[in-house]
Amino acid sequence: MTINEIQDELIDDFSFFDDWMAKYEYIIQLGKELPLIDDRYKTDHYLIKGCQSKVWLHADHQDGRVIFTADSDAIITKGLVGLMVKVLSGHAPDQIANSNLYFIDEIGLKEHLSPTRANGLLSMVKQMKLYAVALNAKA
Amino acid sequence: MERTAVLERFDVNNVRKDFPILTRTVNGKPLVYLDNGATTQKPRQVIDAIAHYYTQLNSNVHRGVHHLSQLATDAFEVTRRKLKPFINAAHEHEIVLTKGTTESINLVATCYGKAFLHAGDEIIISTMEHHSNIVPWQIVCEERGAVLKVVPINEAGELDMAAYRSMLSDRTKMVAITYVSNALGTVNPVKEIIDLAHASGAAVLVDAAQAIQHLPIDVQALDVDFLVFSGHKMYGPTGIGILYGKEKWLNAMPPYQGGGEMIKEVTFAKTTYNELPFKYEAGTPNIEAGICLAHAIDYIQEIGLDQIARHEHELLEYATRRLLEIPGLRIIGTAKEKSSVVSFLLDGVHPYDVGVILDKLGVAVRTGHHCTQPLMDRYGIPGTVRASIAVYNTTEDIDALIAGVERAAAMLR
Ligand SMILES: Cc1ncc(COP(=O)(O)O)c(C=O)c1O
Repeated sequence: MTINEIQDELIDDFSFFDDWMAKYEYIIQLGKELPLIDDRYKTDHYLIKGCQSKVWLHADHQDGRVIFTADSDAIITKGLVGLMVKVLSGHAPDQIANSNLYFIDEIGLKEHLSPTRANGLLSMVKQMKLYAVALNAKA
Repeated sequence: MERTAVLERFDVNNVRKDFPILTRTVNGKPLVYLDNGATTQKPRQVIDAIAHYYTQLNSNVHRGVHHLSQLATDAFEVTRRKLKPFINAAHEHEIVLTKGTTESINLVATCYGKAFLHAGDEIIISTMEHHSNIVPWQIVCEERGAVLKVVPINEAGELDMAAYRSMLSDRTKMVAITYVSNALGTVNPVKEIIDLAHASGAAVLVDAAQAIQHLPIDVQALDVDFLVFSGHKMYGPTGIGILYGKEKWLNAMPPYQGGGEMIKEVTFAKTTYNELPFKYEAGTPNIEAGICLAHAIDYIQEIGLDQIARHEHELLEYATRRLLEIPGLRIIGTAKEKSSVVSFLLDGVHPYDVGVILDKLGVAVRTGHHCTQPLMDRYGIPGTVRASIAVYNTTEDIDALIAGVERAAAMLR
């Protein structure tokens, strides 16, 4: 699936939730279920420091694709991190670099990507794209 | 007799009518505003005064002879005149108007540092200080080769007074301490702290940012050297702060910034400085906020700080009792003397997550480290959820908080 196909699928999934509670319960569940990152990457080297919650991000380059793993100490942030990884991981660097993440707005979670949230999520997305841009430039 | 009558007249529902913002909704829910430690809401009296300023008074202060400038200058000075009895300063010119607590502390750190700090001198602060009462002292210590000492706290969040005593010496030049902790709610024994410091020959700055709106303060009775606070945390406008300083210090220190207003005479050879308090008020101040702060002071005095403190304390006790009924909830900051703030954590739950769920329910609290990272490190926690109470809060607000935290606990655990 392309990045946009995954996004569209997520938008479709989220359209079944009729209130914020159900939506957040789903995100929290995602956060609880996903063992997102290998513990050896949960170090300061991989840390993206939000003011409130922390995010760890690790990127690998395999067969022309970027594999992201990430984690957070806050469960809602972790669930959202999981969504980002689901959308962006496993694609070619140029696709990631040029992607437009419209799903987060569509599913009504844009507020979590605002710079004032200080949850590290926005910085993480920037970091993911920067990584892809850097790989792209090398290629 | 009269006092009782006043007390009986206190009705929080009448108070709430003065605050238009309290009727709005957030995320489709009635707003429950419990982030008063960050900033308080403003009563109609202050909001109207702001509109009045711009429709009737706007002009620069202390400058023109024209009518409007006179009116604005007079109104601006009314605030200073009202602040004097509000904190019982000996003189009006001991009250310097700044941008806020942060600027007031930076002013003292910089100017006191230049005048009095030498290599090897010591400054004492505490573990529970706001970053704005840590960083300015770190900067000045680095500049002057002075040493910063930190008074530890116990698990309850109370200052270790024995440690404080043992830190004081003739090297101590300044003790900078918060009156009420913004993260824990602890009320510190500032009178004792000041007396001990003075016995060692040190000056004391008290950060009253979280105290001025909750308890009566008398700078002469405290014998405090510097007292600082912000207008926006006391129902007043943002962008105005107060620095009270004893005349002898304000005269002995050099100016903070150079510019208009702070001078008596300027030639390229030499400039002489204006008298107090203008020496420390370079440039055009925040005139609107300065003028309208007077209305916030009036507002507080009309209700009375004793009454405000009583109401808030009842709510604090109620909130504490109800929160402790929630399984796995831990209160951070259990000092005997507390004011208006309750900080807590749910076991195994990040405070950020609780804040997100509460926000969805229309409950505004603060989550995070509250600009007190060293304090959070002391407790080994990333932050807390903090509810902070003001005069317009109700038991219903606390009930909404409790229901929200219970909901968050059910969802997040
Ligand atoms: C104890 C304390 N000191 C200082 C400050 C800084 O105040 P301001 O941001 O108004 O300068 C605050 C505000 O959060 C505070 O709570």
